[in-house]
Formats: sequence, C-alpha cells, structure tokens
Amino acid sequence: MSILVIAEHDNASLKGATLNTVTAAQSIGGDIDVLVAGAGCGAAAEAAAKISGVNKVLVADNAAYGHQLAENVAPLIAEIGKAYTHILAPATTTGKNIMPRAAALLDVQPISDIISVESADTFKRPVYAGNVIATVQSADVTKVITVRGTAFDAAAGEGGSAAVEAVDTAHDSGVSSFVGEELAKSDRPELTAAKVVISGGRGMQNGENFEMLYKIADKLGAAVGASRAAVDAGFVPNDMQVGQTGKIVAPELYIAVGISGAIQHLAGMKDSKVIVAINKDEEAPIFQVADYGLVADLFEAVPELDGKL
Amino acid sequence: MKVLVAVKRVVDYNVKVRPKADGSDVDIANVKMSINPFCEIAVEEAVRLKEKGVASEIVVVSMGPKQCQEQIRTALALGADRGIHVETDAELQPLAVAKCLNALVAKESPELVIMGKQSIDGDNNQTGQMLGALSGLPQGTFASEVNVADGKVAVTREVDGGLQTVSLSLPAIVTTDLRLNEPRYAKLPDIMKAKRKPVENVSPEDLGVDVAPRTKTLKVEPPAQRQAGIKVSDVSELVEKLKNEAKVI
Ligand SMILES: Cc1cc2nc3c(=O)[nH]c(=O)nc-3n(C[C@H](O)[C@H](O)[C@H](O)COP(=O)(O)OP(=O)(O)OC[C@H]3O[C@@H](n4cnc5c(N)ncnc54)[C@H](O)[C@@H]3O)c2cc1C
Repeated sequence: MSILVIAEHDNASLKGATLNTVTAAQSIGGDIDVLVAGAGCGAAAEAAAKISGVNKVLVADNAAYGHQLAENVAPLIAEIGKAYTHILAPATTTGKNIMPRAAALLDVQPISDIISVESADTFKRPVYAGNVIATVQSADVTKVITVRGTAFDAAAGEGGSAAVEAVDTAHDSGVSSFVGEELAKSDRPELTAAKVVISGGRGMQNGENFEMLYKIADKLGAAVGASRAAVDAGFVPNDMQVGQTGKIVAPELYIAVGISGAIQHLAGMKDSKVIVAINKDEEAPIFQVADYGLVADLFEAVPELDGKL
Repeated sequence: MKVLVAVKRVVDYNVKVRPKADGSDVDIANVKMSINPFCEIAVEEAVRLKEKGVASEIVVVSMGPKQCQEQIRTALALGADRGIHVETDAELQPLAVAKCLNALVAKESPELVIMGKQSIDGDNNQTGQMLGALSGLPQGTFASEVNVADGKVAVTREVDGGLQTVSLSLPAIVTTDLRLNEPRYAKLPDIMKAKRKPVENVSPEDLGVDVAPRTKTLKVEPPAQRQAGIKVSDVSELVEKLKNEAKVI
C-alpha cells in the first residue's frame, strides 16, 4: 500500500490537521508520501519532511497553487495521486473543497470525514449530524478520503527526515482567481486544537457580552466558540461556529454557555472529554450530554466563575 | 442568464435519526421528509437573482424516487420556473448525482449552477465539487455571498480561518452555506401555481449515466453514548469538581 497525504499549510508553516491525517495514514499502513502544493511553500515542505513516519515529500511550488484554488490543485492531486492506493487530506474547509474534485477526476467516490480505519478499504464515518456512525467499504481502486482531525492523535512533527522532491507540473485552469480574504486574528489557541473550549450561544444576547467568555478563555488558555444562532445573529464571526456545519472540536473541557444543545451543535462537540453546561432552562437538551450542569442565569454565573478561577 | 438549482429530498432536520436494531440501515420509515436546508438556500438565491433581473430562468432538478416531486413542487412554489426529475429507485451516491447533473449541464447550458454544500443525511459535502471536475467549471463552495457581474461571479466563502473571496468565470458552480440568505416561505397562491409548472421526467439511463454504487455501507450504529452527568448547585461546586474530580483545570 502507498498513501499520499495532502498537507494543509499556509506556505510558511504546516497546519496541525496534517499531523492527524498522517496518523490516519499510519493506521492504514504502507509508505506515506506528503504532497505540499503552494507558492513559496519551501518552509512548509521542510516542516513536512520532519514529520515522523513520512517517506517522501513532494513539493509543487507554483503561483497557480498559492491560494489552494480547487480548479488548479485538484488536477495536480489526481495526476500524482493515481500512483497511490490512498489519498488522504484533513477534513478542513480546504480539504473538503479540493478532494471531491480530485476524486471525480479519478472517477472515484470519495469518503468524507472518517473517524476510524477498520481496514485498507473500510472506514467509519458519522452521518445524520453524528447521530449514526456508518461503516463504509470502498470498491474504488484509489481511496480518496478526508480525515476528521479530532478522531486521530497528531503524529510527531519532529524526528523524521524525508527526502524532498520537486514536482514540476503546473495546472492553471484560468477559470478562477483569488480576490481576497478576511482571516480572524487571535492570540488564543485554534478552536480545533485547544485543550479547553468555551462557547456562547444565543443566550449571550450580543457580541459585547462575549467579552466575559474571552476573559475566562485567557485564564484557562482556551479557545472561544459559538453556536450557529450566535453567529447568525452577528455576535461573533463564522469561523467560531461549532457543529455539524461548523468546526468539530473534542477538547479536554468544553463549556457551553447559553446554548440549548440542538443536535447540529452537539454534532460538533459531543466527543469532548468533559462537558459543562450553563443554562437557565433546566430542560435544555445540552444537559443530557453535560458531565456538569449548572442551572443558572449566565450573567450571574459567568462573572462568578471568572472570579473563582 | 439561466440558473440550474439542484435540490435533495432528505429527512427533516428536526428528526433525530436512529439506526435500525439490526444495524443494517437507518430507521426512516414514516419520518417527515423535506428539502435539504442548504438546497432551500440555493433555491432562494436563484429566486433573488431572478428578482434582481440577473437570472432569466430557474430550472430545478431533483433525483431519486417518485416522491422527490414534492421537493420539486416546493422549489417551483418558491419561484423556480420548471423542473426536471431524474427518477430512479436506485441508491444514488454523490458521484452518480454529479454525473447526472453533468449530463443536464451539457443539455441545459446554464450560466450558473447553485446547490447546497452538503445534505444533512449523508453529510458528504462532495457533489458540487465533483460536478465541477466533470464539467470543467469553476466552483465557489460554502458561499455566504454571491455577486454576478461582467461575465463573472464573485463568491465569498466561509473557510476555517474566516472568509475568502474568489472570482469565477461563468458558467460556474456555487454551493451554499447557511448564511447566504434566509429562505422565504411559499405562499398559498404560489403553491397552486406551481402545480401547473412543467416538470420533465428522465432516468439516469436517458442521461447515459451508470449509477452503480462505489461504496457499500456494511453497518450503521449509534455513536458512543455519554455517561449521564450531574447537576451542580452553584459555581463553587462546579469549580471544585473541575479541579478535583475531572482534573481539567
Ligand atoms: C442544516 C442546519 C445546520 C446547522 N448547523 C449548526 C451548527 O453547525 N452549529 C450550531 O450550533 N447550530 C447549527 N444549526 C442550528 C441549530 O439547529 C440551533 O438552531 C442552534 O444550535 C441554536 O443555537 P443556541 O443554542 O445558541 O440558541 P437557542 O436554541 O436559542 O438556545 C439559547 C439557550 O440559551 C439559554 N439562555 C438564554 N438566556 C440565558 C441566560 N441569561 N442564562 C443562561 N442561559 C440562557 C436558553 O435557555 C437556551 O437554552 C444548524 C441548523 C440547521 C438546520
């Protein structure tokens, strides 16, 4: 077996999700190569070469790949990937955008968001907002897969010394171009990698009140998340949404504040180790998954919690 | 400009789906079925483009058994002009759906294809991207804003780090995220009118598509259950438990 892992990176450094994907590749077994496609991505490629367990790093360094446009990167993945039995990428918005496009070029039905490897052709993945876990077997020659980061430990980012090889082929479809981006800047840890996450919902009432959560987050070294209702209402930006269609998190501690616990929200956090819910409605479904539930008005409980930490 | 919108019939988002006792499949006999929420947003976006004078015709397509006509009629009531039903009782996987859509794109030559980013049953998030590959058209996935101008469409996308904007030449494919718009409700007169709008019936065979599944579901099971927790009486008890019992702070 030979596995191609598609690195997630910003040209300068690797994203953590790449390491979880390498672990998923290791549980399939076989030689693992990593593809780093980008523009001026030498530093990311060097980092990939240090991942323990990686055989070879392929670097496609070309302006066309700079912003990970699917129209350009997917043909590259299909071209290189057809020599492998498996192609894996993190199930991030980048991976989800590119991998199905690459799969269709190979006439393959991809498998999204796997949470376990049962064998080389059989995987588990959540469906119906995580209410059901399906075991799926693929009959395709090449398996094209995205990997849920929280379900696999991170591979060691140091200790490896893979060979780095340049890939020359450039695919520039000319039908799409990058215009701009607004990326959230925060000194707090990344939501999907944080050990502690504190999230606010509609009960927070407005964006200013999220300050209460930021204060606690800074004491605990936590990331701050939100429900869809809080994002839709404009309290906080979209990259903070946790859930079926937002980010999937599984921290040591998840604190849900003023969140009712709709199945679509639970889909994103119910694999957290310890769940705390603060909600004034004792019937709120979030209490069914909470290890510690506090029925209280958040505007009293949260400042008090802040004071006691 | 002609817009093609794809809609999927799925279990309503309020239904909590469970596996059958024998683990062979999910138990969805007699549950409420609806248009996939993301597809509803796709229909709404097309209708708004028509109201702005950007779109001239909206063709809605759905694939699956006879009952998909309900979802096509709903989309027609919301403002689509005509429907295409790719009727089959076979299991349709995303690759097969993308192939059928690709055949329809070749036939209908739309300038824009709008569809949901994922369906809330399979949660695959694949079909739009695969249609992009098969048709060679550019894709603007997870869209929270769509602007058509000068033969191009600018799509603002919800990505992990925030928002990204790309410019695509037309024809193009857009897949919708939740914040693109808030879909309207169909009014009764429009529901009546929708009954008279034309719906064409074709089969995957008519489109020359082999829909044979590529993956097989061996088993379905409920997710690991969490152990029941406790209610704490106040903040002090909560902090004490987190420190001494759970040892997470
Ligand atoms: C297709 C689809 C996808 C979706 N994807 C997601 C997703 O990814 N993530 C997500 O989160 N949702 C998602 N949703 C939305 C989901 O169904 C819920 O609507 C949403 O999670 C509700 O957010 P909420 O709990 O903040 O708000 P509400 O349900 O309104 O709950 C607010 C809670 O705050 C409590 N509260 C109010 N005031 C106070 C106070 N002063 N003190 C203490 N408690 C208080 C209330 O008791 C209530 O329980 C999706 C929905 C659909 C249809």
